[in-house]
Amino acid sequence: MARITLNGRPIETADGALMIDVAKEAGIHIPHYCYHPALGNPGNCRMCLVEVQGAPKLQPACRLKAVDGMVVRTDSPAVQAAQAGALELHLVNHPLDCPVCDQSGECGLQDYYMTIGRYKSGVAEDKRHMAKRKPIGPHVMLDQERCLWCTRCTRFLANVVKTAELGIFGRGHGQVVDLAPGKVLDNPYSGNVVDICPVGALTDRDFRYKVRAWYLESVDSVCPGCSRGCGVQVHTSTKRPWHNEGRRVARLKPRYNPEVNGHWICDEGRYSYKTLDQDRLGKVLRLRPAPAGLSAVGTELSWDAAWKEIAGRAGELMADKGAGGLAVIASGALSNEDWRSFKKLFVDSWKVVQFLFAPEPDQVGPEDSLLRRKEKVPNLKGGEALGFGTEFRSMSWDALARSIEAGRIWGLYVVDRDVAGVWGPAAAGLLGRLDFVVFQGPFKGGTGDLAHYRLPSTAYVEEEGSFTNFEGRLQRYAKALAPLGAALPDWEIFEGILARHRAGKGEAL
Amino acid sequence: MIITRHFDEPKLHELETYRKLGGYEGLSKALAMKPAEITEEVRKSNLRGLGGAGFPAAAKWGTVPPADKVPGPRYVVGNCDESEPGCFRDRVHVERAPHQVLEGLLIAAYAIGAKDAFIFIRGEYGRPHRALQTAVKEARAARLIGDDILGRGFSCDVMLMRGGGTYISGLDTALLESMEGKKSWPRQPPPFPTNYGLMGFPTLVHNVATLAMLPHIAARGGEWFAKIGTPKSGGTMIYSVSGHVEKPGVYEFPMGTPLRAIIEAAGGVAGGRGLKAVIPGGTSTPPLSADDLDLPMDFDSVRGKGSFLGAGGIIVLDETADMVEVVRLIIEFLSHESCGQCTPCREGSVWTERILERMLEGAGRPGDPANLERVAGNVTGRTICALGDTVGIVLKAYLKKFPEEFAALAGRNESVMRQEATANG
Repeated sequence: MARITLNGRPIETADGALMIDVAKEAGIHIPHYCYHPALGNPGNCRMCLVEVQGAPKLQPACRLKAVDGMVVRTDSPAVQAAQAGALELHLVNHPLDCPVCDQSGECGLQDYYMTIGRYKSGVAEDKRHMAKRKPIGPHVMLDQERCLWCTRCTRFLANVVKTAELGIFGRGHGQVVDLAPGKVLDNPYSGNVVDICPVGALTDRDFRYKVRAWYLESVDSVCPGCSRGCGVQVHTSTKRPWHNEGRRVARLKPRYNPEVNGHWICDEGRYSYKTLDQDRLGKVLRLRPAPAGLSAVGTELSWDAAWKEIAGRAGELMADKGAGGLAVIASGALSNEDWRSFKKLFVDSWKVVQFLFAPEPDQVGPEDSLLRRKEKVPNLKGGEALGFGTEFRSMSWDALARSIEAGRIWGLYVVDRDVAGVWGPAAAGLLGRLDFVVFQGPFKGGTGDLAHYRLPSTAYVEEEGSFTNFEGRLQRYAKALAPLGAALPDWEIFEGILARHRAGKGEAL
Repeated sequence: MIITRHFDEPKLHELETYRKLGGYEGLSKALAMKPAEITEEVRKSNLRGLGGAGFPAAAKWGTVPPADKVPGPRYVVGNCDESEPGCFRDRVHVERAPHQVLEGLLIAAYAIGAKDAFIFIRGEYGRPHRALQTAVKEARAARLIGDDILGRGFSCDVMLMRGGGTYISGLDTALLESMEGKKSWPRQPPPFPTNYGLMGFPTLVHNVATLAMLPHIAARGGEWFAKIGTPKSGGTMIYSVSGHVEKPGVYEFPMGTPLRAIIEAAGGVAGGRGLKAVIPGGTSTPPLSADDLDLPMDFDSVRGKGSFLGAGGIIVLDETADMVEVVRLIIEFLSHESCGQCTPCREGSVWTERILERMLEGAGRPGDPANLERVAGNVTGRTICALGDTVGIVLKAYLKKFPEEFAALAGRNESVMRQEATANG
């Protein structure tokens, strides 16, 4: 335990805690570029110099360890002059091309100029010129002129991802940050270098020139890309739809969560938003299955009508052929709220016994020791908590196909799963044998045209809910956007059908 | 004279000659003592680090943690990355008497219990490297390096390494990074190398000139050595004298010898011209004035004059020297050699270089000297290593000592020009 005095305030902190962290905890921001809590403190930007009583010169707060009795000031005239002086030196050779820089509005140089700078420039010399637009990988663009050589990117790549694609080459004022010979920045976590770059040296090729940062709105969410459940911020651009090629989500950014993802997210998750507005379903439809290769012809229904028809038709068939002939395909993409209503409808009310929700083969992918998990759905654990995976087993796709071929199945309820993607061309034939096929999901996919009823559900950014990640951690996500068209959350659709089913049987709602 | 005593001997670099003249007797004596006893002799000798900082050698040895506290290997590194403009004595040392350096290296290794010792040689130093290579080969054949040295049970291997050709490698922590195969970006102490050095193990880094003193201290005792110099700084200093003198070269003088005597030994100011300034310790040290000639040359006296003895690179500047051009050359060198790691040094050096360039091209502005002063202030004391400090300290020193030379290039104030224009009609 160290008792220190920070700007005149007595503070208790752990012995040896870094002053920059201690100050942050106390609500005092000390300017910095190179320090990053997950990447260490090389102390090269010299922005965080603070005054320590008794020390002959100013000390970098990112390397200053708290010792009992230490008296520190972060707001003295000497500190302010030193920080402004360090900022000026960062800007001497900075191109100041803010009007065409994508970092504008969220740039460390701009922010500190407005808070601690505000000096009149004394630079009468020409600036140094380097490469302005260098694509260094599928996702990242490098502008060498804007670089501050804080080394956050090189440290991230060397120490976190351990791929070391970027390095600093040359010496002194002639040095450049660049790709190591023969390398391309294409590792599964490359997008993070854009987040940690305090300036516009590394920008996102996907986001570049789409939306100015100050037009974005941010909502806290959870990435549904795999069972890790990384914290993300959904940055939306809705006020100026012409800015982002009509897409409502402009980008995903990692949301710091020390228990799950730390500061990072993977590229797979980061760029998953790109298809959020593509191939979406917006209407509730009764379909006449189309001949192969043609779109189905549909009749638009109200939710109420659809629920009544589905409840009625399923009720008839179950009474006629038994609930054992109805199979339900779902996945770990369902939220906890969805799983609960799912169970109420299919297990408790309809007594369905044939389920398929295991992620293989269409919802699995590469995994690694950093973040990515094999199951590419967020909430298998949520289903497991209700017995899906223990009490209720998941059948295999092959077994289901065989049952359909053998005529043991008369109906299929598909919740957001690409049946056509798994079965391929055989899907149309298999589904064509059934009396009753419902497809429910946000995206049409290859299966949307093969059903009798097509129900639009919301994407995760259009609903609120919670996922339980692979470790059993319950995480809430917030609603960032209004649903497209008539789309409803899955749970609401299940509840709607359940209510009409009960009403039809004369049960109380 | 201690170090250079036999420098005129043509075959001093050969082991046979070196031994004939008493070489390796210091090592032999040292190995007969306990390590702590040698450290005690060095403490009595008042030997100070001759690479520039002037830190008492024995005090540095004392910061190497004892083996029971920090287990694992210890290393000694001889720093022969001599790159400071105006300094060339290490080269002469190593070419003329490589065994003297090796002997000192082994004594230091014995004193701190190192089984591996290194000499890091400047990348551009081809001949010194070859001289040391030959010497190491001879010494190994004579069982002065390797297992059971002189049959006293002490084993130590010596390895030579060459730098990549960068000034900053001469700084101990940057040198260690370079030895580890990395870019020579200085580390930011603490921890210091004696605690966390090569590969993270306690490492003693000494300039080769400091190491070369050790055989003599071991052979003749610390008290004898201390008597040669001043009360706080024992022994001699080897100067590289250059600039406007008749006989530039390497000269050895006891610590505390007046500057005048050193310049006179070098033949005095060239062409009998008047003296303007003397850089006492290499270009990184602020200049002394012409009236400082009676200054005793030792670490503390020179520091009293606001400069540093540095590595003894005396550069004599006569009355014809343009001090703005002198400081521009120095800043150009520092900006070229700035490693680029921390911002104030990287940007401050190149910015001030550009300002000085512009002034010398005749495009000076009235605010330039004040701006130089301000930028120098933003660099001094704000950087990871001393190179950045040097940029600020040197610049400020020239601005303070020769303000009229800067003012003459700073261009004229607009209001003065307007007054003139009015007066001239």
